[in-house]
Amino acid sequence: MDAVTQLQRQLVDYTNTLFHEGFLDEQFNQLQQLQDESNPDFVVEVVSLFFQDSERLLNELAKILEQQNIDFKKVDAHVHQLKGSSSSIGAQTVQRVCIAFRNSCEEKNIEGCQKCLQHVKHEYTLVKNKLETLFKLEQQVLAAGGTIPMY
Amino acid sequence: MMLGEAGPSSKRIKTVENDDGIVKQLFTLIVDDDPIVCKIHSSILNSVGFIAQVASNGKEAVDLFRSGVTFDIVFIDMDMPIMNGIEATKQLRAMGVTCKIVGVTSRDNEAKEAFLEAGLDFCHLKPLTVAKVTPFLELL
Repeated sequence: MDAVTQLQRQLVDYTNTLFHEGFLDEQFNQLQQLQDESNPDFVVEVVSLFFQDSERLLNELAKILEQQNIDFKKVDAHVHQLKGSSSSIGAQTVQRVCIAFRNSCEEKNIEGCQKCLQHVKHEYTLVKNKLETLFKLEQQVLAAGGTIPMY
Repeated sequence: MMLGEAGPSSKRIKTVENDDGIVKQLFTLIVDDDPIVCKIHSSILNSVGFIAQVASNGKEAVDLFRSGVTFDIVFIDMDMPIMNGIEATKQLRAMGVTCKIVGVTSRDNEAKEAFLEAGLDFCHLKPLTVAKVTPFLELL
C-alpha cells in the first residue's frame, strides 16, 4: 500500500470512529457534502467559527455562574446558542449536554448548572481535539498528493 | 412558471421564468443571530441554486424589506435579540410581504405553533439540510 492510500485509509477509519463513538452525527456529513472546488475549506472554516464562538460562550458562562446573583436568563440564552451551533455542525455530545444544562437553568439549580458547565467544557474539549486531529490527517493526505475521500 | 439553469459560469444559480417570460434569479434571506448557522444555511441554499443574503436579527430583516429589497423566500430563526422571529414575521406580513417565509427553529411543538401563527408558510426544525430546502425550489 503506498503512502497516500495508507494516509487515506487512516483518515477514513478515524472519521468513521468519530461517527461510531457519537462525537459527530449526520449533520457533519452535510457540511462535508457542501465542500467543493468553489468552497474548498468550508468545513474547516465553519468548525473554526464554532471553536471561536464556543470558547466565547463557555467563558461568558463561567463568569456568570461565579456571580452572587446568577442571571439564569443569560445562562439559558448562552446555552441555547451553544446548543444551536453544536447541532448545526454535528457535535452531538456537546449538544446533548446543552439540553441537560437548560433543564438545570429552568430549575434555577446552581449546582446543576455548574456541573453541566464542567461537563460541557469537557465534551467540547474532547470534540475539539478529535476534529483538530481529523483536519491534521486531511492535511497529511493533501500534502502527500492525495485527495480527501468521500466518506 | 418554469425553472431553468443559467449558463456554465454560474452553473448552480437557478433561474425562474415567470408567466411574462422574464427570467430572474432566486434570492433568499436568512435571518439568524448565530453566524455559524448563517454560514451553513447560506452554503446549503447556495448549493441548491439560491443567492443568499443574511440578516442577524428580525429588525434587520424588517428594515431590509422596508428599504425596498425583495426576496423570493425567507428562512427565519425564532430566537434572536432585538426582534425575534415571531415579531418580525408579524411585522413583515403587516407590511404586505407575501413571499414564502419559512421558520427555522430548535424549539418544540408549542413554540412552533406560535411561530406558524405569526404568518409563516412552513416551519422546519434546525438545522436546515439540502433535503429540507430543495422542495421549496419547486414552489417558487
